[in-house]
Amino acid sequence: MSIDKELNIKDHLELFRQEEFKELLKNKASRYENKVSEDEINRIKEWHKSKEYHELNWNREALVINPIKACQPLGAYLAAIGFEKTLVYSHGSQGCNAYFRTHLARHFKEPFPACSSAMTEDAAVFGGYNNMYEGLENAYKLYKPEMIAVNTTCMAEVIGDDLNAFIKNAKDKGHIPQDLPVPYAHTPSFVGSHIVGYDNMMHGILSQMSTPSGEKKDRINIIVGFDTYIGDYREIKRILGLFGVDYILLSDPSDILDSPANGEYKMYYGGTKLEDLKDAANSKATILLQRYSTKKTQELLKEWGQDVRVVNPIGIKGTDELMIAISELTGKPVPEQLEIERGRVVDAITDSYYWIYGKQFAFQGDPDLAYGLSRYLMELGGEPVHVMCTNGTKDWVEDMEKLKEEFPQGKEMNVYMGKDMWHLRTLLMQEFVPFLIGTSYHKYVERDLNDLGFPLKLIRIGYPIHDRHHLHRFPIIGYQGAIQLLTWIVNSIFDYLDSDTNKMGITDYSYDIIR
Amino acid sequence: MRQIAFYGKGGIGKSTTSQNTVAALAEAGKKVMIVGCDPKADSTRLILHAKAQATIMELAAQAGSVEDLELEDVLKTGFLGIKCVESGGPEPGVGCAGRGVITAINFLEEEGAYDEDLDYVSYDVLGDVVCGGFAMPIREGKAQEIYIVTSGEMMAMYAANNISKGILKYANSGGVRLGGLICNERKTDREEELIMASADKLSSQMIHFVPRDNIVQHAELRRMTVIEYAPDSKQANEYRSLAKKIDENTMKVIPTPVTMDELEDLLVEYGIMKEEDREGPVVGGESLKVTAV
Repeated sequence: MSIDKELNIKDHLELFRQEEFKELLKNKASRYENKVSEDEINRIKEWHKSKEYHELNWNREALVINPIKACQPLGAYLAAIGFEKTLVYSHGSQGCNAYFRTHLARHFKEPFPACSSAMTEDAAVFGGYNNMYEGLENAYKLYKPEMIAVNTTCMAEVIGDDLNAFIKNAKDKGHIPQDLPVPYAHTPSFVGSHIVGYDNMMHGILSQMSTPSGEKKDRINIIVGFDTYIGDYREIKRILGLFGVDYILLSDPSDILDSPANGEYKMYYGGTKLEDLKDAANSKATILLQRYSTKKTQELLKEWGQDVRVVNPIGIKGTDELMIAISELTGKPVPEQLEIERGRVVDAITDSYYWIYGKQFAFQGDPDLAYGLSRYLMELGGEPVHVMCTNGTKDWVEDMEKLKEEFPQGKEMNVYMGKDMWHLRTLLMQEFVPFLIGTSYHKYVERDLNDLGFPLKLIRIGYPIHDRHHLHRFPIIGYQGAIQLLTWIVNSIFDYLDSDTNKMGITDYSYDIIR
Repeated sequence: MRQIAFYGKGGIGKSTTSQNTVAALAEAGKKVMIVGCDPKADSTRLILHAKAQATIMELAAQAGSVEDLELEDVLKTGFLGIKCVESGGPEPGVGCAGRGVITAINFLEEEGAYDEDLDYVSYDVLGDVVCGGFAMPIREGKAQEIYIVTSGEMMAMYAANNISKGILKYANSGGVRLGGLICNERKTDREEELIMASADKLSSQMIHFVPRDNIVQHAELRRMTVIEYAPDSKQANEYRSLAKKIDENTMKVIPTPVTMDELEDLLVEYGIMKEEDREGPVVGGESLKVTAV
């Protein structure tokens, strides 16, 4: 017998369903919470379903409700932590740092080491240089990093703290050694989103850590982008290994964000070697696996004189593009193993095709995922009807418009940028589709719509996923990733069908054992 | 307790005017506190006879944080019992002086510096309204009357118009009103008429015309107000007169700031700017002159 049963300890599920607590919560609501009547609640619910409310909602100007994007530093953290013995350092308040760390830790279910210069009100008035000096000194002494990657928070940006001067002075004054690499990036969150922060940090680290010597090596760099699927880093390494290509993966957080439990905690674990980072500018080419999270970085790579290829290796066509890019850049043929894997995906797709064909989907998340997933859904015969990116940009919309023309289902696709989760909520009530691909936050949309009589099913793909375990360990890129995505999507459709056909004697004529 | 604030373009003589006015108010028996909202911290120099007062932000930096400060550390008493406090701010080029003003005023409120016995609190605020921090004194619950120190110079009037925009922004949510323009004479053409006309445009008044007098410089060099240095002088009476007008002022309005064009029209009308100096809109690559007003 487990100890909680022995001691009769109830978890919150059971505890608050007891009569005593039901009574208590009811009293609390009626006495202290100004709870309105059930009739009023139902009236508002009905109003939310109306066209009138939808139009009011979509004409909102001054209010954002649940944007599906995070602050710039969050992306900067992910970019920086993938380098060897690198300490993530945020120039700003402790609260910002705590938010990014918990948000990432809840997704990866791993500790996320990072420190801050602990700016307070007086630092805001006088400038944060003293905090920067002491912070760098303490961080260096305590955590002995070989590189410190500094990003900024909004407060430091509003008061205009000069990172370049602060870091130089910290070295000149002897707070940290002269030769300690401290690349930095300005990451104000009142512009852009976490994908821009990723780009800024990646650009900062590459431009400050590496310079071209003039001679190019027969080697390619890989930049994955803001990708929170650990399996993707492993998958791209496996693919390049099969090709037998000499490569540098720029930022590889797959070890530190998925470290084994063997009784020993390592603050630094794996990552791109600093030696490789310094030599990255001398690679002849770079393949980027995301477009919109690497815009600034792409410019730098071009300045380095590299052959720059941007692919989106989600789904068959996307992965084919990756294969072609590697093959063209290295002159090596696509390995037989990968061709077999491609065949397996095609086989798997034909197994599931008639279940996905004609099914309608909505998506909300990051623009690169939106592009890749929309294309793959169409490859699978699905119809991505609503594709929404809070942090989408005009060039993304243009690319999506072009994508529409590649598939017959494309003409059914609606593309929205800058819209938040509340926009999506009423849109789905007006133009309902049964499947929503999104993050953990979208479970609220799913609940709301179900409550209002819309049978919406959420499929969790993207970032963050806080309420399901281990999804991030699998790849979503490459042929292996295509299988994984297909599995999640088609099985969600079956779950949906089962829950729709399980009424005994009423709908169970379709409650089939074989799908 | 009346809370008043002096705003105006940098170098217009805000600090001098405000301190002399406050000294005249104190002389008339009023209990006054000055809150300097300028990182230069020169709003209380003439009252305290000191080069510069230790500011709230400076002492907070030494003590570690604002919470570690006591009111008596920062609140000093000068000429005629006038209480003086300076917000201070960072050294030029770093940090955020506006946030410093907010921090300092919050500190004063929490520590009970706004004594019920006070008749006046006078804020002396840096230059134009440059950010939310410098608008702190005109937000709700703070200064109710704003006096803009200006002169017949174009940029001083431009600043006065801008400050009026700042007041307008807060006037509807809070109770802040424009009390009037104070013209600090610069001996420009038809200065008095011009300021009266622009006050009219702003729906306000020119509350006083302070003539230029070198005695102000003599007093300043000795770190004194004219009221103290030369109490019998003509200039001291000017400040007394201004103080009396402010004390008796009943005309407190929501200002009606004008556009840049209207402001220029006014300057043209009073002959400060020649019509041909003004650039017209460029149409078809040709610069058109605006027809005379």
